[in-house]
Amino acid sequence: MHNFEFVKPSSIADAVAALRQEDAQALSGGQTLMPTMKQRLAAPSVLVSLTGIAEMKGIRASGGVVEIGAATTHAEVAAGAGAYPALTALAGNIGDPAVRNRGTIGGSLANNDPAADYPAAALASGATIVTNAREIAADDFFQGLFTTALEEGEIITAVRFPVPERAAYAKFQQPASRFALTGAFVAKTSAGVRVAITGAGEDGVFRWTDAEAALSGNFSAAVLNGLAAPEDGLIGDLHGTPAYRANLVKVMTQRAVAAA
Amino acid sequence: MTKVTMTVNGATVSGEVEGRTLLSSFLREGLALTGTHVGCDTSQCGACVVHVDGKAVKSCTAFAVDLDGASVTTIEGMANADGSLGVVQQAFQDHHGLQCGFCTPGMVMSAAALLAENSKPTEAEVRHYLEGNICRCTGYHNIIKAVLAASGQDVSGIAAE
Repeated sequence: MHNFEFVKPSSIADAVAALRQEDAQALSGGQTLMPTMKQRLAAPSVLVSLTGIAEMKGIRASGGVVEIGAATTHAEVAAGAGAYPALTALAGNIGDPAVRNRGTIGGSLANNDPAADYPAAALASGATIVTNAREIAADDFFQGLFTTALEEGEIITAVRFPVPERAAYAKFQQPASRFALTGAFVAKTSAGVRVAITGAGEDGVFRWTDAEAALSGNFSAAVLNGLAAPEDGLIGDLHGTPAYRANLVKVMTQRAVAAA
Repeated sequence: MTKVTMTVNGATVSGEVEGRTLLSSFLREGLALTGTHVGCDTSQCGACVVHVDGKAVKSCTAFAVDLDGASVTTIEGMANADGSLGVVQQAFQDHHGLQCGFCTPGMVMSAAALLAENSKPTEAEVRHYLEGNICRCTGYHNIIKAVLAASGQDVSGIAAE
């Protein structure tokens, strides 16, 4: 990997200032960025670590909302976000234990890998992405493969999840990488049902609106029996065809509904 | 170059590192602690697992400079004070939990991290926890048996397959 200057600020303001340098890149747990840098697919000249900023860590639950600091690790969410059990279950199955001890929720969302788990939770829950500059609704945040609404140098500082009445995440793991070959996060609130699919879409996480409409009328796995997920825009690769993933979209959604 | 100071296996150590110096490189090349193995160098295989502040971490996927001030334990820190094998190490020897031995340092460190969190894991919990540790000799059955034995559970009924 190419060398870089490393800085580890202790406040959000200092991190924002450090990221104004040319070719500066934010580093959180590094579980995706470091392998990417080893392959020289990324070669920042300055790395700004976000893991020394106390105000970006921790989990606060109140008034039906769980707010998680962006630099909180997956293991910490799995252990500490008990007010939102579907989210703790998701966090406890990301990667493997060593990855969960370093990787963070903010890093995962900012990276927006099309097979990552957290984007499905954020989109289905109608979460709010809090940055150093503004608040972004999850519906507006995810904008395609590895693409988000974040501006250059903008940092996710926290994520707010309204806790649904019922929710669950089901994923079919790619057995070597443990990324979701397809994952479905289902969240039921008084306003209706939201279904977010990860791992399947060519543009990353997306909502399966046909299933949402059906489940809003009758929240049961059986109501999806007659429904088929559209194959258009689904990923086809050596792991599975679009038709295979379309079937997984339905099966994972049904499993999530059954578990919710 | 930046100076970093850590506590490694109980001793305070310092060294000069580049930004890009991995924790695994710092341990192996800077401190000559070559018990930590680098297998895939892509954070898949788990051979390089060490403990950072008590938590299992893939040392090939952490920058040394980011861990200034941390407390690190490597496989060299797992033996007893008199030099005899620690509980997990001894269980791996007793139950033939290694073949070529390359993955063993990471397996032992992950197993120790599991037992620190969960002192009596089930076989399924051991298998789930070791998902990020790959043994290319495929000696998993005896590894699982060794971890269960290290937890003090009776493994006489678990056959090697």
